[in-house]
Amino acid sequence: MLRLIRHRLLVAVPTLLVLVVLAFVLMRLAPGSPFSSERNLPPSVEENLNARYGLDDSLGEQLLRYLGNLARGDFGPSLYYSDHDVADLIREGFPTSLRLGLAAMILALGAGVTAGIAAARRPGGMLDHLLMGVAIAGISVPNFVVAPLLILVFAVWLGWLPASGAGPDASLTAAGMVLPVVALALPQFAYVARLTRASMLEVLDSSYILAARAKGLPERTILLRHGLRPALLPVVSYLGPATAAVITGSVVIEEIFGLPGLGRYFVQAALNRDYFLVLGVVVFYGLLVVIANLLVDLCYGLLDPRVQRQ
Amino acid sequence: MSAAGNSVAVGATPAGSGWRAFFNQSRGVRVCSCLLLAIAVLVVFGPLLSPYAIDQVDWQHIAEGPSWSSGHWFGTDNNGRDLYVRTLRGGQISLLVGICATAISLLIGVSYGAIAGYAGGRIDQVMMRMVDVLYAMPFMFFVILLMVLFGRNLLLMFIAIGAINWLDMARIVRGQTLSLKHREFVDAARALGVPAADIIRRHIVPNMMNVVVVYASLAVPQMILVESFLSFLGLGVQEPMTSWGQLVSLGAREMESAPWMLLFPASFLAVTLYCLNVLGDALRRYNDALAGSLRGAA
Repeated sequence: MLRLIRHRLLVAVPTLLVLVVLAFVLMRLAPGSPFSSERNLPPSVEENLNARYGLDDSLGEQLLRYLGNLARGDFGPSLYYSDHDVADLIREGFPTSLRLGLAAMILALGAGVTAGIAAARRPGGMLDHLLMGVAIAGISVPNFVVAPLLILVFAVWLGWLPASGAGPDASLTAAGMVLPVVALALPQFAYVARLTRASMLEVLDSSYILAARAKGLPERTILLRHGLRPALLPVVSYLGPATAAVITGSVVIEEIFGLPGLGRYFVQAALNRDYFLVLGVVVFYGLLVVIANLLVDLCYGLLDPRVQRQ
Repeated sequence: MSAAGNSVAVGATPAGSGWRAFFNQSRGVRVCSCLLLAIAVLVVFGPLLSPYAIDQVDWQHIAEGPSWSSGHWFGTDNNGRDLYVRTLRGGQISLLVGICATAISLLIGVSYGAIAGYAGGRIDQVMMRMVDVLYAMPFMFFVILLMVLFGRNLLLMFIAIGAINWLDMARIVRGQTLSLKHREFVDAARALGVPAADIIRRHIVPNMMNVVVVYASLAVPQMILVESFLSFLGLGVQEPMTSWGQLVSLGAREMESAPWMLLFPASFLAVTLYCLNVLGDALRRYNDALAGSLRGAA
C-alpha cells in the first residue's frame, strides 16, 4: 500500500512539472502579448510593463523563476485584473466550482451505482434495457446540449426552476444549483451506471456468489454485502478520470448557467493572454486531478485487501 | 505462415459471423445503422436540395420558424440564414473532424503502442511511464489553449483533438503486441531476418486490426464530442463555416424566442453520437463473441 502511494507520488511530480512547462511554453509561443490587446500602448510603456512583470528576461529564466515561485505557493499577479493576485482570483472562484463539482460527483455516483445494480439484477430485462438506453444517451449527448434543453424545458416552458445558477446578488441558491448539477452529473452518471452493471454481472457470475446463493442468503444480502464491494473497484478507479471530466465540463456549465466559478476565467484569461492566470488555473486543476487520483488509489486499497498486502 | 493462420481462423469461424450476424444482434443495431446512414447521406447530399447557400441572408425571413412554403425547412437564424443548409453543412464538418481526428489518434496510438510493446524492456517501461504521466493531465485544457492561442484552423484542430485521444489506443495496442510478439509467425519472420519495423508493420499491426477497429469506432463519437465542445466555447471552425457544436451554442442563446435554432442541430448531434456509440458497443460485443468462439474452437 505504502509502496503504491510512493509510486503514485513519484509519478505525480513529473506530471505536474510537465504540465507547467507545457502550458508555459504554449502560452509563450502564441502570438500576442498581455498588453497589446486593449489599446495601443506606446512602446516605452509596454517595455516598462514587461520589465515590471519580469517578462523581458529570457524564457528559460522566466520559467525557472515561475517554478521557484510556485514551489513557495506564489501564483504570481494577474496581468489583466491588475489589482489581483492569481491566488486571490482562484480563492474567489473555486468555492463555487467546488460546490458544483462535488454535488455533481455525489449525484453521479449515488444514482449511477444504484442504476447499475438495478440493471444487473435482471440482465436483458425491461429495466436493464431502459437504464442502459438512458446511459448510452447520457454518454452520447454532450452536457452543453443537455444544459440548454434543461433550461428550455424546466425554466422557460414549465417555469419550475430558475435558469441561472446565481441569484440577483450573485449568490448561489439551492434551487438554482439543481439544473447545473444535473447537467454536469449526467455523463458521469452514465459511465458509472455502465461500469457498475458490467462489473456486477461479472461478480455475480463468480463461485462465491454461487456459494452465497446455495447457503440461501436473501438476494439483497448477496447483492449489497457480497457483490457490491468487489463490483465497485472499476467504479472507484474511474473516479480519477471522472474528476478531470467534471472539471472540464464545469467550464461550459458555469458559462451556460452564469455561475461565478473558476472555469469561466480560463478561456477568457487565455484570450487576454493573462499568462499567470492561465498558468495558475492549469496548475491548480492539474494539482486537483493528481490529488483526486491519489485519493482514488487510497480508496482502492481500502476496498481491496489484496492491494494492501502487496 | 500467415496464410495457414488465416485458414485456421476461417475454419473455426462460427456460422454466425460477417455482416449479417452483426446486424442480427438486435433491433437497436439495425435502427441505428439505418439512422446513421440516413444522416450521412443527408449531410453529404442534402445541402444540394436547398436553393439557399450557407451564408446567404434572406431578409424576408429572419428568425422564422420552419415552414414548407418559404423553403426554409428548418427555419432561419436571426441573421436570416437557412438553418437546414447550415445544420447539414455543419454536419459535414463534425463528421469530417470525427473521422480525421480518429485517424490521427490511430496513427499515433498504434505506432507508439506497437513500438513500446515490440521493443520491450527498458524502452517499453519508459514509454509507458510517459503515457502514465500524460494520462493524469487535464488534456482538454491544452486543446482549449491551443485553439485560443493559435487561431482556428481546421488542420490544427484535427491534430489537437487527435493528439489527446491516443493514450487509450497506445495501451491497448501495446497489450496486443505483447501477446503477439512471441507467436510462431513473428519468430519465423525474425529468423528470416525481417527488420523490426517491417515485422511491426506487416505482421503485428495487421493481426490486431479487429481490436483497433473496435476502439476506433468508439473514438469517433468522442472526437465529434470534443470538436463540438470547442465550437461551443467559440473556439471551433470560423464563420461562414459552421459545425453542430457552434449551431447548438448559437441556438442556446436564442432558445426562448427561436427554439428551432437549438432543437434541429442539437437533435442531429445527439442522434449521431447516440447511434455511433450504440454501433461501437455492438461491434465490441460482436468482436468479443467472435474471439470467444475462436478460442473455444482452438
